[in-house]
Amino acid sequence: MTLNIYTVIGLAVILVIVLMALLADFIAPYSPVEASGMELESPNPLHIMGTDNLGRDVFSRVVYGARTVIVVVLIAVILSGVIGTVLGLVSGYISGVLDKILSFVMDSIYAFPSLILAIALSVALGPNIFNAAVAIAITYIPTYFRMVRGQVLSIKNESFVEMARALGLPITRIMARYILPQLTQTLVVVFSMNSADAVLTEAALSFFGLTVQPPTPDWGFDLYKGRGFILSGAWWMLIFPGGMITLLALGFALLSEGVSQSYVVKEGE
Amino acid sequence: MGLARYIAFRALLIIPTILLLYTLVFIVLRVLPGNPVLAALGTKNIPEEQLKALMRELGLDKPLYQQYFEYLINFLRGDMGYSMIIRGRPIANDIADKFPATLELAIWAMVMSFALGVGFGYVAGKSRGTALKHIARLYGSITYIIFIPALGLFLQLLFGRWLGVLPTGGRLSPGIYINSITGLYTIDSLLQGDFNTFADAIKHIILPSLTLGLVLSGPFTRLTLSNMERVLGSKIVVAYRARGVREEVIARHVFKHALIPIVTYLGLQFALLLGGAVLTETTFNWPGLGTYLVDKIMYRDYTAIQAVVILFAFLVGVISLMTDVAYALIDPRVRY
Repeated sequence: MTLNIYTVIGLAVILVIVLMALLADFIAPYSPVEASGMELESPNPLHIMGTDNLGRDVFSRVVYGARTVIVVVLIAVILSGVIGTVLGLVSGYISGVLDKILSFVMDSIYAFPSLILAIALSVALGPNIFNAAVAIAITYIPTYFRMVRGQVLSIKNESFVEMARALGLPITRIMARYILPQLTQTLVVVFSMNSADAVLTEAALSFFGLTVQPPTPDWGFDLYKGRGFILSGAWWMLIFPGGMITLLALGFALLSEGVSQSYVVKEGE
Repeated sequence: MGLARYIAFRALLIIPTILLLYTLVFIVLRVLPGNPVLAALGTKNIPEEQLKALMRELGLDKPLYQQYFEYLINFLRGDMGYSMIIRGRPIANDIADKFPATLELAIWAMVMSFALGVGFGYVAGKSRGTALKHIARLYGSITYIIFIPALGLFLQLLFGRWLGVLPTGGRLSPGIYINSITGLYTIDSLLQGDFNTFADAIKHIILPSLTLGLVLSGPFTRLTLSNMERVLGSKIVVAYRARGVREEVIARHVFKHALIPIVTYLGLQFALLLGGAVLTETTFNWPGLGTYLVDKIMYRDYTAIQAVVILFAFLVGVISLMTDVAYALIDPRVRY
């Protein structure tokens, strides 16, 4: 795969934020949950992103907040990727009634606004980080399912798969060794696109108070609190958490754009 | 197949989809949580008798399958049950109150996103260099990553707090009243010839619709650009050029050809629009269904949450049907 500029920038952004989350203990100058200054201090040398309405350091909250979103996105995307891919493989390869039913269910879920479904699911499961991840995962399963199923339908009649069948290899082996490797490139694109979307959905659920409980730092939730201080002009409570959400989503979106572009170029060769 | 038969056929196909979504929502909201009444009250210290009475009042004491069918039938009749928190308040009344606000936001957001997206795609498609096309293509694939509350709050800060030219939320300024006809204030005020109210309503809707419109505009840019490139490469353009038609005029003709697939795409944006509306409304205190839904979430008012979510499922089904029909009207080949 040729690296293109979007891929490089996207990866760099994601890497920086992941490192920030991992090394939060060393990077954050203050505790994210305890007051370290006066209330609503604007950015200054001691608090480079200012302080919130409870005197907590916004920069420290932004650094620690990366943990929440990254954990949720990671769990959600891996969970939906594995389940969606397996269902898509089986459904596309075996076809028949199972395929018809699964496709119908997946198409219906796919048509429904994913954010609203995620909201309904997290309300039902109860608001916490893990449930939010599960709720997001469920809404993305159809994306993987549809993509994988479509590819399997076109691959399964290729001669090399034909040959594997003729050799009498078990179905699981054919799917794992012959079909799955063909899907990797598309999976990477969908994976990064979904991650971008998952960042936004996590932030939205947090914005509605459906993930962390205070005082845990979280970008979406901090942004929600910040909105109460617009008229006081406390822009730092909005710009920094809001900017980080957009930046991380942008990183994943650029990655997916870059990967899909190099994919198209390769196809064209 | 005639058009009428085609429409009837599509309508029949939509029913299982809506039923499935209804079932899904029902399972998620009714079967998964423990006792919704306890969750809504937020306490377990309630006398057994009182709990039972409340469950009976809300119809939650019946077997699940019975609830499932009764709810569906009542819903189709326009009866969406009662709120668990504000006792005795029919949810259908609340929804009827809130729906026009969401509809108005959705319409203006679509107008914004269409104008911004198609406009940019048109300019980029017409340009001779490749730089603008690259930017337009990137724009087309990344606008969806804008986090609506982040953009919306930034715009509030900029235009509301710093420049002080636009309001930061709501539908009308305090002290301004309107007799509701359609519930769409920008239309109602015009119908009554009240231009002050009209100006006020427009001022209030600019930022929310711009926020939502911008986020949804990307695909329009991408589609316009790629369709214009496709048509520009076709023989009809060669023929135009051979006859010495001016480039300006050619661009206009090409644009018209390129527009058809874009119009049909409007329907597909609808699911995104609904999800985005929930975020936009809460960001701008816009009193529509989205704000209502989030309010009810805060209070764990399950019956109201269920009604709104199921209503969304119906809307998605109906819009998808309308898109199919529009497509069949524009392109007769689809019907056969």
